[in-house]
Amino acid sequence: MSTDTLAAGGLTCPAPATDVDRIQLGHGSGGKMSAALLRDRFLPHLGNPTLAQLGDAAVLAVGGASLALSTDTFVVHPLEFPGGNIGDLAVNGTLNDLAMMGARPQALSAGFVLEEGLPFDVLDRVVRAMGRAARTAGVIVATGDTKVVERGKADGLYVNTSGIGLVSAEFRPAPDQARPGDVVLVSGPLGRHGIAVLAARGGIDFEVDLESDSAYLGPLVERLREALGPDVHTLRDPTRGGLASTLNEIAAASDVGIALREGTIPIPEAVAGACEMLGFDPLYVANEGVLAAFVPAARAGDALAALRSHPLGQHAAVIGRVVADHRGMVVLETGIGGTRIVDLLPGDQLPRIC
Amino acid sequence: MKYLNEYRDPVLARRLIEQIRREATRPWVLMEVCGGQTHTIVRQGLDALLEGAVEMVHGPGCPVCVTPLEQIDRALALAARPDVVFTSFGDMLRVPGSECDLHQIRARGGNVRIVYSPLDAVELARRTPDRHVVFFAVGFETTAPANAMAVWRARELGLDNFSVLVSHVTVPPAMTAILESSDNRVQGFLAAGHVCTVMGWTEYEPIAARYRVPIVVTGFEPLDLLEGMLLAVRQLEQGRHEVENQYVRSVRRDGNQPAQELISQVFELVDRSWRGIGAIPRSGLGLREEFARYDAERRFALDGIRTVEPAECRAGDVLRGVLKPMDCPAFGRLCTPEHPLGAPMVSSEGACAAYYNYGRFRASLPV
Repeated sequence: MSTDTLAAGGLTCPAPATDVDRIQLGHGSGGKMSAALLRDRFLPHLGNPTLAQLGDAAVLAVGGASLALSTDTFVVHPLEFPGGNIGDLAVNGTLNDLAMMGARPQALSAGFVLEEGLPFDVLDRVVRAMGRAARTAGVIVATGDTKVVERGKADGLYVNTSGIGLVSAEFRPAPDQARPGDVVLVSGPLGRHGIAVLAARGGIDFEVDLESDSAYLGPLVERLREALGPDVHTLRDPTRGGLASTLNEIAAASDVGIALREGTIPIPEAVAGACEMLGFDPLYVANEGVLAAFVPAARAGDALAALRSHPLGQHAAVIGRVVADHRGMVVLETGIGGTRIVDLLPGDQLPRIC
Repeated sequence: MKYLNEYRDPVLARRLIEQIRREATRPWVLMEVCGGQTHTIVRQGLDALLEGAVEMVHGPGCPVCVTPLEQIDRALALAARPDVVFTSFGDMLRVPGSECDLHQIRARGGNVRIVYSPLDAVELARRTPDRHVVFFAVGFETTAPANAMAVWRARELGLDNFSVLVSHVTVPPAMTAILESSDNRVQGFLAAGHVCTVMGWTEYEPIAARYRVPIVVTGFEPLDLLEGMLLAVRQLEQGRHEVENQYVRSVRRDGNQPAQELISQVFELVDRSWRGIGAIPRSGLGLREEFARYDAERRFALDGIRTVEPAECRAGDVLRGVLKPMDCPAFGRLCTPEHPLGAPMVSSEGACAAYYNYGRFRASLPV
């Protein structure tokens, strides 16, 4: 399961009357509500030592090999947006979850829920994009399934993909391996996917010149692996919930503090502008083609060079460091010299009033 | 971002901080009126950088926070009706009513939609003639012109399936109420730049004179706020109490007159109760009689609302600047953004949410 670690949502509250008895949209935000959903509804019945690690992918010993297994379901609206569609998103998303565990992806499954009335030309574009993304990553879609539901019961189409990959003992980055003295890098500018989809969704009259960053991150991981090997302590792709949620999960899993420098975080002008207008924080906006890497400070230069040697990592940057203080928390040093914490969001970001 | 980054320059900010520290011979207590200003201050850590020179207390200017509980409960009752599409700014969805919030109503089947402009709600009504669209018209003078325009437009289109649930409030009566209260600590105000963009600042002149407080019309970026503080501190040090305008790039003394005319054509001054503060005479805007058919409270029978406010919530003290969010016994323990007791913990402009989301590290709370 890819929803976050539980410790980060661990404030105990004697539940007041606002407690809920059914699913709300906020349960899907990747923030504290998602964490509570896993903790309260899923783990009591499905819990086991493998699942309890709550990584993006699980690592299983099968025969003599270590296999990474990951699954993800895609419900994006609209189905097509600048820079991609739900098809390549579903391939890249699951493959990236495998790659972040250090796995080399081998094969995918794809399950479709199709809504009555979905035009074939939309479906064709989606499946074509899936095929292209799989070929680019060098994996096959080995098995699949389709179901059709009545009109109104799905938003055009939903896709689930699962993937397996091979893991070697020498390269096992993990969310709990970050340690004080590491630096935090990101491979590229943040927030493009979330804002591109939001703009494509309509309802807001603003135009942004922005494409989703949807991409397979395997090549970046390979370059880091060649250059740094086991010095790559942690890799994560900050998708739903954005960089802020991902770093909070890592801080909790590794029991370390993370200190970010505001001016160093690459945020495209168009993303910053849209967020400014909507009252969003770009650190919580989804990415689909960016990774965050934790490596020892002494290897920061090598990691940067490795990332920048690939087109996807041209704008890679060091954005912060891991500290022994304020464990489990992410702190941002503002340009002016103040500090603030960057917490998990309680639910979805909501546009403000004025 | 052009026209924004210029107002976030770290070098200039540090220079302003030093200047304030040099000029302040004692710690002054200033209130920033608007919740947007509160968030900049806490987000950038300006309050900590000015410790000992300026103490910022946070004002009532968070529309979500001061919307009275009975209006939230009315909104929930409307949103639960099968014949209603309830539209609102996103901020309102998580505000706790007596029993639940709009998110929960939506999860139970209510048709609740976020809109980015009240005119989108009018458009929705035009496109769905078989449903009644209600827009939750909240906010200060800043949102009043657009909300007035929505009502105006609905009448122009002859729509009979559109109405607004009004909970508009105005700033000057709230400032007066704060200054009149026996436990007031505020020595100077940073007035809300966007409210003044609409209204100008003539309303503040009698307040500054009568209560002998400096009032500086101030913007929302770090440099705006620091400059506003410097101007207020300078007045206090010199024993002056005037209305000054820091936000010159947006505000004129007379404000935006077409917007004011629109407001007064659609709305009139009414008594309004403020959540956590209580009733303030002539502190709100209500629809004029000629627009009564667009008033959701008159269109739907919404009587019999019984409100229940959690006893532990001290939002009123926070909104009046008497209590710092972190000093509230419920803060971070009984009351968190996931389980808010009061609206200031919810809204993106709420003071409690600002402290919780940005400041918990400094407050060294248990985590």
